[in-house]
Amino acid sequence: MEYEAVIGMEVHVQLLTKSKMFCSCSAETFGAEPNTLVCPVCLGMPGTLPVINRKAVEYTIMTGLALNCQIAEFAKFDRKNYFYPDLPKGYQISQYDLPLCFNGWLDIEVDGQIRRIRIRRVHLEEDTAKLFHFGDYTLIDFNRAGVPLMEIVSEPDIRSPEEARQYLIKLRTILRYLGVSTADMEKGAMRCEANVSLRPKGSSELGTRVEIKNINSFRFVKQALEYEIERQKRLLEQGKKVEQITVGWDEEKGTTVIQRTKEYAHDYRYFPEPDLPPLVISREWVERIKASLPELPDAKSERFQSQYGLSPSEARTITVEKEAADFFEACVSLYPNPRKLFHWITGEIFRLLGETGSTFDSLKFSPESFIKLINLVDKGTINQNTAKSILREMFSTGEDPEKIVEKKGLALIADEAALIKVIEEVLEANPDALERYLGGKESTFGFFMGQVMKATGGRADPNLASKLLREKLAQLKNR
Amino acid sequence: MAITREEVEHIAELAKLYLTEEEKEKMQRQLSAILDYFAMLQEIDTSLIPPTATVLPLRNVMREDTPAPSFDRDKILANAPQKVEGYVKVKVVLE
Repeated sequence: MEYEAVIGMEVHVQLLTKSKMFCSCSAETFGAEPNTLVCPVCLGMPGTLPVINRKAVEYTIMTGLALNCQIAEFAKFDRKNYFYPDLPKGYQISQYDLPLCFNGWLDIEVDGQIRRIRIRRVHLEEDTAKLFHFGDYTLIDFNRAGVPLMEIVSEPDIRSPEEARQYLIKLRTILRYLGVSTADMEKGAMRCEANVSLRPKGSSELGTRVEIKNINSFRFVKQALEYEIERQKRLLEQGKKVEQITVGWDEEKGTTVIQRTKEYAHDYRYFPEPDLPPLVISREWVERIKASLPELPDAKSERFQSQYGLSPSEARTITVEKEAADFFEACVSLYPNPRKLFHWITGEIFRLLGETGSTFDSLKFSPESFIKLINLVDKGTINQNTAKSILREMFSTGEDPEKIVEKKGLALIADEAALIKVIEEVLEANPDALERYLGGKESTFGFFMGQVMKATGGRADPNLASKLLREKLAQLKNR
Repeated sequence: MAITREEVEHIAELAKLYLTEEEKEKMQRQLSAILDYFAMLQEIDTSLIPPTATVLPLRNVMREDTPAPSFDRDKILANAPQKVEGYVKVKVVLE
């Protein structure tokens, strides 16, 4: 029997606010000394009162709008109760039945096909403390407790591990365009869980789902889902049942491992947070936020197609990263040949970024200096290959291309007198070849050109050198 | 409305309470009585009353996103049973 995977994703995103969700402790916890960004509010001391961070609510509404969600008119926070040392309060402030955003969608593209993934909800909650497990004890750093955390829940509309990966990539792109999160999976700013079940292809029933936690890279999303789908398929083919369990992805073993059994939702005993008055979200507020949204990746991609004549896939390539798209546009405004720039940027600059694992925002040279480089090629001052090696140097030092050309003497030799001198030396040094040429073996011309290029370290202006060489040889022949 | 012994044990486990056999029996009786009392409330027709999350007249109480210094770490850790290099140390917890 052929099976079909049914996958839903829950993605937690740390918001880029300056302060925490319910208190004014700094939310920039990465790299901070343990327990230095903590106060009685985020520690849940008796008598303290949390107060909602307006920016975090706005960021969540922004995300909801970007994901085509409806924005709640009335929202509230709830307590999710459970005991675990990562929760200083004994509960997490989250949203249960009235999330800020709901009923949205996100389009992804897989194998040239657009797939629409529905978004069930986007809600706001607080992050937990970080635990470090050792042999017989655990260390706790409460810095992260109370950092605004946004949860994006999809409907089970994803059908393959590759779709899941594309969904995450698209989500990250949008979050970065909005500037609401670094969405950096390696640093834990974006964390992902997937629910996966199998059903006979064509059936509309849902099988027993398994929850995969701990997926912290785009690669692992695919690997973990592939592994889990295969495991469930084997069970079903053997006539066994899939149990409702929670597994974690063990990247060293390359397998999923069973964690605790799934708790029932009511075990969390959610109830409205009595310390936080509800939110009434006016349509004026939503409109203001909507007006502040940047151009989103899909819209930008379409504009790049119509405005710059890029193909759909080219437009997508250059708009995945907002910084790349901005760089491209800044270049186009200085040098109106989008196709040529597209190839330079996605070819050479992407290659250099890939080699060093760096990103566009760390680029050391400006669009202006990049265009200077392109102009140097156009003017014939340098050739394409020299330009590529100069770009490499610009990439590592940020130095101006004209200065590099000057400093290293990389300019093409377009000085007639200098080239004639080189040509005469080449002919003098190769009397046999010259004799053969004058005797009618005209293919020797290529040999002389090669020698001229060699003598000048490849810097002879090829058109001029060829013209001068031809003239010189003609002179000798007619003599 | 009778609550079962298993339910008492489940609730105790969620609340991390360890009950003796007598206490379980007592809780079963008391929790049942409380539920009976609430069952009286269930009889009231509330179909026209919107759910109430709060009885306070307050809405939209929010603060600006401005960070301020946190507490001194020594103060924060003063109540910790054990501490190691600025961390709170607890007995191993199951993943």
